[in-house]
Amino acid sequence: MNQLTEYPGVWAQALLGTLILFFAGGAIALVLGIIVGAMRVSPIPVARAVGAVYVNWIRNTPLTLVMFFFAFCVPLLMPGRADWLVLAIWALGIYTATYVAETIRSGINTVPVGQAEAARALGLTFGQVMTLVVMPQAARSVIPPMMSVFIALLKNTTVAAGFSVVNLGNIRAEMSENGENQLVTILWVMAAFVLMVFLLAWLQRMLENKWRIAR
Amino acid sequence: MRKSRIIAGLGLTAAALLALTACNSGSPTGSPTGDATGEGEAEETWFTVAEDVTLEGSPTFDAITERGTVKIGVKEDQPGLGYLDPTTGERTGFDIDVARWIAASLGYDEDQIEYTAIPSANREQAIVNGDVDYYVGTYSINDKRKEQIAFAGPYFITGQGLLVAADNEDIAGPEDLAGKNVCSATGSTSIQRIKDEYPEATTTEFAGYSECVEQLKNGQVDAVTTDESILIGYAAQDPDNLKVVGDVFSEERYGVGLAKDDAALQEYINTMFTDGGDIWQAIFDKNLGPAGVEGEQPDVDPVM
Repeated sequence: MNQLTEYPGVWAQALLGTLILFFAGGAIALVLGIIVGAMRVSPIPVARAVGAVYVNWIRNTPLTLVMFFFAFCVPLLMPGRADWLVLAIWALGIYTATYVAETIRSGINTVPVGQAEAARALGLTFGQVMTLVVMPQAARSVIPPMMSVFIALLKNTTVAAGFSVVNLGNIRAEMSENGENQLVTILWVMAAFVLMVFLLAWLQRMLENKWRIAR
Repeated sequence: MRKSRIIAGLGLTAAALLALTACNSGSPTGSPTGDATGEGEAEETWFTVAEDVTLEGSPTFDAITERGTVKIGVKEDQPGLGYLDPTTGERTGFDIDVARWIAASLGYDEDQIEYTAIPSANREQAIVNGDVDYYVGTYSINDKRKEQIAFAGPYFITGQGLLVAADNEDIAGPEDLAGKNVCSATGSTSIQRIKDEYPEATTTEFAGYSECVEQLKNGQVDAVTTDESILIGYAAQDPDNLKVVGDVFSEERYGVGLAKDDAALQEYINTMFTDGGDIWQAIFDKNLGPAGVEGEQPDVDPVM
């Protein structure tokens, strides 16, 4: 308990860093992932190709390398000073979006193809078919795997610790320098993650109940 | 079939592009004291491997004897102090030579030493767990650490300094850091001191000093701060781009990290330091002399 009460500022800052990375990275991942997921089932070959290349390229690259690219290479390509928090958010968002896209695509596959055909027969455009008919149903069926993607994202935020972003992943270094027992630090970090994942699991159950599909 | 082949081709091209655009990782190349010729010969004359060493009441020494090798924790990214040349695989530096000296005095020569690179944050735990017999690597003695481990020495005294770009005229000392971006290792004492005493500076924390130096060269940060002896090693490697400025603004006393319950070994190493003034000077001149570091051997702390 001492470590929390002795260094409240350090812990608060670390927790805040993790939450910012999670929510901002998650927002980018969700938006980008839905767009890319739709691209991969679209009737336009170029969009399908771009989506497939993006997903297979980024998903096949370790997150640490993606982070490294953003922390060390992107600043060279951009004018002015880098903000490593922003870069880390983009790295997490772009990486996680590939998983979101594939999850969405699997959800789209659960919607009977007859529904899309019927919608098209009514004269709806591809955008309308997706937003009005397919996506609402797909979203419901992918809540459990989608929540797993976000739980993974939450834990992946610690990778940013090595790239100048303060979060729960690098609090151990600071505690060690202050001579605190690191096993205690790690236990507290673990407790914090378990608690946050419980919250996400609770959210998952709530959404599942709310959007249950009557079959 | 054809379509998927095209897509696969595009993917490969993109992957190749990423590999090509990936940047230099920032590990320093070449050693500042790159005097490889006659190094082995010189080493022979400094200290000889002791024979028939006995050390009563030292659990660490007993473990070493049983194992037949010495396990030493070191740093490997600090030119001049503890450095592993990635091309030759050779370890050089003041700390490394001190580690060799201790091993020799215990009766073990170079090929009976197992080096392990351990980052700053893991040092106490590695010693407590017994992963290493002793640790030599810019390890500052302080009271908090003494609760978990013991120190022999100190064998070197330095202080916190600042490394800036060679053409930087704005920063002459820590009081000029307001509004500047300062980089150091994650959670290190150095970065905590900047946060506490110079709160107007922005701080950046990377896992190691070499990453900070890389960002300094890229112009992303204004200064790198840590112990001056470490910074001088980087400046000596790249004098066209880097320089050390100002006086030191703290005192760091480097010791040899040991298991807490091993007063016998602590006493033994302290005696070795006290009696080995000539050897100390020879090692110091070889490793840090060319880079312009001045220093004299400090008196060791009494064993408690």
